[in-house]
Amino acid sequence: MRARPDLIEHLPRLRRYARALTGDVNRADDLVQDTLERALAKLDLWQPGSDLRAWLFTLMHNLFVNQIRLRRPQETVMEDALDVPVSGGQMEALAARDIHEALARLPEEQREVLLLVGLEQFGYSEAAQVLGVPMGTVMSRLSRARERMRQMLAGEPAIKLKVVK
Amino acid sequence: MTAELLEQELHAYVDGTLPEARRLEVETWLATHPADAARVQAWTGQNQSLHAAFDAVLNEPLPLSLVRATRRPIMTMPFKTLTAMLAMLVTGLLGYAIGLGSSGLAPAAPAYLARDAAIAHAVFSPEARHPVEVDAAHADHLVAWLSKRVGTQLQAPDFSAQGFELLGGRLLSGETGPVAQFMYQDRIERRVTLYVRRAVAGNQETAFRHATENGVDVFYWIDGDFGYALSGQIGRQAIQRLADAAYQQLVTASAKP
Repeated sequence: MRARPDLIEHLPRLRRYARALTGDVNRADDLVQDTLERALAKLDLWQPGSDLRAWLFTLMHNLFVNQIRLRRPQETVMEDALDVPVSGGQMEALAARDIHEALARLPEEQREVLLLVGLEQFGYSEAAQVLGVPMGTVMSRLSRARERMRQMLAGEPAIKLKVVK
Repeated sequence: MTAELLEQELHAYVDGTLPEARRLEVETWLATHPADAARVQAWTGQNQSLHAAFDAVLNEPLPLSLVRATRRPIMTMPFKTLTAMLAMLVTGLLGYAIGLGSSGLAPAAPAYLARDAAIAHAVFSPEARHPVEVDAAHADHLVAWLSKRVGTQLQAPDFSAQGFELLGGRLLSGETGPVAQFMYQDRIERRVTLYVRRAVAGNQETAFRHATENGVDVFYWIDGDFGYALSGQIGRQAIQRLADAAYQQLVTASAKP
């Protein structure tokens, strides 16, 4: 019992990341809950001495990706619905007004990299490990995420987003 | 510099991961390339906005359901743990102490103090960029602000004789109200934190005690209405020397009129 690592000290950071990732308190805590359950079930597979935090974030990433895959069709509809009532179709209304909105508009894979690096302070190679992608992919996603955020937060019309839809 | 390499280095510059020499070279580059400088500035701003928007989550009281989820399923728990949990449910002391396996009916508050302090230490001391809410450059303001919130005249002990400088502090929320956390760092960036909060009512004054919580050494004591806990991973003897110094200074200060 004593030797088992305690997950509780990782709770605050897992919650912070999940909150930023999902943009929703309940969805975030559900994601954390699922992550903890999976972690307890697989704790025997975790290598003592290796980074427990990175391992937990990896589990969370995998769960998040699965959720996205399942939710995809539904969510596209919701996003479209959100975009429709924008004040008289004015272009500037499509620009993200704050960091929350800008994050929500970022593709998930870019959002994950931006948050792991910019908020959770993972190194680039650690982030690559968590996400299971090469480091080059982390760097290019990070670049795209930061540039897209810059455009959105600068209040430029999100033309690219519009075209994609 | 190739475009791709430059791009990578600009990000590494923003994230503070460049070696010192490289960092200075990038700075020189930025001084003469305003477009890159503008991007770097915007990216740095994004990191700051992310922290400003989400760091508050770290201080939120932990939802009970999540604390439970960090434990083994209830059926596989040892009977002793289960009864301790039930005892805590009965006494209404839930907090994040579920499953701690405390022996008596009324959980000894100092043990919670040590555990909570160790958790707060583990959460905040690895934060490279935002370890504190208010930095030591504003030490007077920091102490006044935390004193007001916590409800007593606090003092940040001086550990410079032991090689630790005050980094700053932050306000947390705890079971018994607001908590002040002071953070110190030495030359090789090892960190210790001092955790101060109002003691649980009816608590007896305790002597100096030591606990190890998940590899974090904690020395803690109760002085009057307040509990103090000094946490760190710098070896038991080193942390004890700091705790002795803190105790001496705080007791001396409170003895003054």
